[in-house]
Amino acid sequence: MQRIGVFVCWCGTNIAGTVDVKRVADALRNEPGVVFSAEYQYMCSQAGQDMIKNAIREHNLTGFVVCSCSPRMHEATFRKTAEAAGLNPYMVEIANIREQCSWVHKDMEIGTEKAIVLGRTAIAKVNLNAPLTPGESPVTKRALVIGGGIAGIQTALDIADAGFPVDIVETKPTIGGKMAQIDKTFPTLDCAACILTPKMVDAAQNDKIRILSYSEVTDVRGFVGNFSVTIKRKARYVNEEICTGCGLCTEKCPQKKVPNEFNLGMDTRRAIYIPFAQAIPKVATIDADYCTMLKTGKCGVCAKVCTAGAIDYTQKDLIMEEKYGAIVAATGFNPISMEPFDEFAYSQSKDVITSLELERLMNAAGPTSGQFVRPSDGKHPHKIVFVQCVGSRCAGASKGKEYCSKICCMYTAKHAMLIRDKYPDTEVYVFYIDVRTPGKNFDEFYRRAVEEYGVHYIKGMVGKVTPTGDTLRVQASDLLANKQILIDADLVVLAAAIEPDKSARPLATMLTASMDTNDFFTEAHPKLRPVESPTAGVFLSGACQGPKDIPETVSQASAAAAKVIGLLVKDKLVCNACVASSDEAMCNGCSTCERVCPYGAITYADKEFRMPDRTTRIRRVAQVNQAVCQGCGACTVACPSGAMDLRGFSNKQIMAEVDAVCK
Amino acid sequence: MQTVTRDMLVSRAKALLADGTVDRVLGWKAGEFTYDVTPGVFTDADAMEKEFVYGDFCGANFSKYLLTEARKTEKKVLVFLKPCDTYSFNQLLTEHRFDREKVYAIGIPCDGMLDIHKIRTLSAEGVTGIDTDGESVTVHTLYDGDKTVARADALAERCVNCKSKKHVAYDELLGEDGEIIDSARFDEVAAIEKMTPDERFAFWQDALSRCIRCNACRDVCPACTCEKCVFDNPNSGVENKSPANSFEEQMFHIIRAFHVAGRCTDCGECSRVCPQHIPLHLLNRKFIKDIDEFYGEYQAGEKVGSRAPLVDFMTGDLEPSEAVKRGETNA
Repeated sequence: MQRIGVFVCWCGTNIAGTVDVKRVADALRNEPGVVFSAEYQYMCSQAGQDMIKNAIREHNLTGFVVCSCSPRMHEATFRKTAEAAGLNPYMVEIANIREQCSWVHKDMEIGTEKAIVLGRTAIAKVNLNAPLTPGESPVTKRALVIGGGIAGIQTALDIADAGFPVDIVETKPTIGGKMAQIDKTFPTLDCAACILTPKMVDAAQNDKIRILSYSEVTDVRGFVGNFSVTIKRKARYVNEEICTGCGLCTEKCPQKKVPNEFNLGMDTRRAIYIPFAQAIPKVATIDADYCTMLKTGKCGVCAKVCTAGAIDYTQKDLIMEEKYGAIVAATGFNPISMEPFDEFAYSQSKDVITSLELERLMNAAGPTSGQFVRPSDGKHPHKIVFVQCVGSRCAGASKGKEYCSKICCMYTAKHAMLIRDKYPDTEVYVFYIDVRTPGKNFDEFYRRAVEEYGVHYIKGMVGKVTPTGDTLRVQASDLLANKQILIDADLVVLAAAIEPDKSARPLATMLTASMDTNDFFTEAHPKLRPVESPTAGVFLSGACQGPKDIPETVSQASAAAAKVIGLLVKDKLVCNACVASSDEAMCNGCSTCERVCPYGAITYADKEFRMPDRTTRIRRVAQVNQAVCQGCGACTVACPSGAMDLRGFSNKQIMAEVDAVCK
Repeated sequence: MQTVTRDMLVSRAKALLADGTVDRVLGWKAGEFTYDVTPGVFTDADAMEKEFVYGDFCGANFSKYLLTEARKTEKKVLVFLKPCDTYSFNQLLTEHRFDREKVYAIGIPCDGMLDIHKIRTLSAEGVTGIDTDGESVTVHTLYDGDKTVARADALAERCVNCKSKKHVAYDELLGEDGEIIDSARFDEVAAIEKMTPDERFAFWQDALSRCIRCNACRDVCPACTCEKCVFDNPNSGVENKSPANSFEEQMFHIIRAFHVAGRCTDCGECSRVCPQHIPLHLLNRKFIKDIDEFYGEYQAGEKVGSRAPLVDFMTGDLEPSEAVKRGETNA
């Protein structure tokens, strides 16, 4: 029989406000195995921990239960307390009477009753606890960054700076991401390319960084410190090693009518192309969907003009498998489709554009070489209407997103200001729900747009945009004046909401990382562990975790790098002690556990068994690699014979807990 | 009446014994009455000539016997498999339960097996002998003389709702192979799903309370092959589910149905051997129907090594909450 101590924490008023802690301690004293029960204001404090240590010594405790907050909060703390007092740390159980009890109940009677049940459940489990010893696993000292935008680049640079090799996997032919498409950045108005491209070059020249562009992660196996990742290097039909990036092929290719995605389809490129002048790696890529040679076997112009001989029409997708200790998701964002918002006539008029399209229109390397003109007729627009929150903050609506996209207020102020600065003969209107500018120098920036540059900010939303002859009739409401307004605009710019990249959801599945309902990656803790995913060894960088502007993205990217470095400097990781093991005498060798194991931790061995008739029978039985097992328990549920069990969470312990709840 | 005759099976088995391909034959032996045929193991031609039978009451699925017989053979063991038996055969191979190299499987066509319980209900008790032709069944009885029953009415439930006349595994085939059948086997499950929870509870209470815990269903089930059954294991915590009360019995069958979920090929042996005529196959079919509806159609044992939906994960899999919702609308 165990000798169990019970320690009920008040957590100030957090628990004691809704739970009669004294009654809980008194009630639990009567449970089988309990030899000591007490309550205290803050169990996690030094005094609280000393109280536990003293009780262990005085009462010869073999295990204890702390009725307190979530085990995610302080399980590690109390395990250390046990260890310091000479107990095996796995003889500790936490009854969560805060998050799962006091915080969700208002009634003292109900809260107290439930706290007693939760405590009794933990006691039933401790009664069956056994000391456990964790193993160790080595750490592969290399990181993978998925996504080569500013977030991925910054994370990779910081990890490489600390001396660890990093691979950046980017689906596009070049790194740079969304920032490469942006013209100027708020609130300083410096040119995005001028600050981004040197970083791209740094990444390319850093001998610790390998850039795998035009590549995708197709499978992730393993666990923290020991990931095994399959990467598909898509065929670009150009030998990256040989191509000098001279660009001759991209000028001679006869297929000229390919929509240029870098300029959001506002101009065309060739079938063989380099996305933009400062692309990294600066090598050409053949777009197989448009290349005449690849489609019909007739052409070959690029191969003829290439002096380096880099063109290879026979190139195939290459599958490579690499080992990593840590993985950073930096998959970024995209503006949402404007299709469900046709009241703004996006599909009806070329002069209704999104803000990202405006960035390209204003960019010197854009489709108009920086001439700010209307896409429809090439004329300079004189009246421009900006519509904020298109698809953002659509609470309860069937279309759009419930969240605020966060960056739109600032970039719209930037656009309005830049236009008024360069073309003072232009009238600029901005329709908004709220203007949100909480950031360093952000509100000052917005005030300048209004006060110095005379941008007309109107609180209210645009209801409808109708193309009428040469102009766009904008019907809107001014909520402060309580009146309807009609504006005949030359150009309408929609601040489209942003959403996580479509690749994030399948990636999250591969990484077993969790996501919220909007497909943003979830943090391990929203406040205290914002750059870690709940899955050990997986970290989050940039807008894949939530809408972010550039300064925020860069700080989060560096924070993720710091966490990765903290992991990679370790030579060994302490494994989870709560791992599965199979009872070979009961195992059927049916392979079900091996099929469900997400970590590949289960193998089979032939073992000799003495039978009742004194014959020997050789049987196939399951064996668990304890360094690889993550203790998820899938095998224990799938095992038909009940041979597989999880240490620390054995079927018996769980049944005892269920019985205690149902008592 | 079966298309293949006893003599065809015996002569093929004798030839394989004689040429040394096999040293054991799994076949059917006559019992006390025509209808209680039992499985038997033959090692010589004489015994086969004397005792081997084949006919309308040879429903026993031999796949599970291979677990022990394949270990005993020096060469190979010969097994006759009806189409539905081949699914169990493959499922056991998927679970690495016997060595395929030690087995010589002959697929035999099946025209459906008869159910003595149905025959008794339709004719009379005290059955002393049965003669069948293609259309009808003549039943000789002790007190009521001869009775005639239509063959279709005497077919076992699993044969009325036969899911396949196609063999999915064999080394050699006697006669013609058939096709997979789009049967109405889930109709009864659908009818039970439509009951109110109270009606459904009453239905199962009535059926399962008849259980006498003879364990015949478990012992015959080709999916029940654990080295140590939880119901025999004092450490499992569920071993003493005794016939003490009817609720315990219900839990026994429900635990067993969960246990074979995703692995049950719907061979129907559980219902065939149940002396209390509990429609146990309905529990298993409910699981099969749900799996089909939730994760797409899946037939256990159709292919060796296939990953059953319950032990596989695909990104398009139904969200667990959806399954719960479906359960609630059924409730």
